Amino acid sequence: MQLGQVLGSVVATEKVAGLEGIRFLLVQPLDKTGRPNGETLVAADGVAMAGPGELVYFVASREAAEALPERFVPVDHAIVGIVDDVNLEEE
Amino acid sequence: MKVGKVAGTVISTINIPLLDGHRLLLCDVEDLEGKPSGYTIAIDVVDAGVGDTVLILDEGSSARQILGLDHGAIRAVVVGIVDQLVVDGEVRPLN
Repeated sequence: MQLGQVLGSVVATEKVAGLEGIRFLLVQPLDKTGRPNGETLVAADGVAMAGPGELVYFVASREAAEALPERFVPVDHAIVGIVDDVNLEEE
Repeated sequence: MKVGKVAGTVISTINIPLLDGHRLLLCDVEDLEGKPSGYTIAIDVVDAGVGDTVLILDEGSSARQILGLDHGAIRAVVVGIVDQLVVDGEVRPLN
């Protein structure tokens, strides 16, 4: 799982079967210190509560399809939790 | 599996139900020299602590097997605490 920051939401009316009712959020992947790391992506919201500005963590690939109430929906990234705090050892 | 080092912990109250009650560790994934080559957030099942060199499993069905689940969105699990690493016949310090 990786850290990410929710930048916004994505609305699509016309989409493939299986994606109905799923919230899609724009997520900027972050490194462990919270700096942007990599290209922004669209993730399904597995907790159904994440919103813009929030620090989240997400899973990629096949496991993303397991994060939603209905199984094996065609998604490649899914938010699985909202981060309250990251405690890093001082280096 | 990959070798990494526990860099910290992630605290989360709102998460998918199967993550309830699990400790999340933020682990640096290390290369052969012990330099970080990225990171992953993994579920802890061995009571690893910050600074420990650990064995990280990053594959979904094995992760679910460890947690006794048939389904679920988990992939990375800390499955061992490394005591010794030998590279090219030399013991690599774990710092």
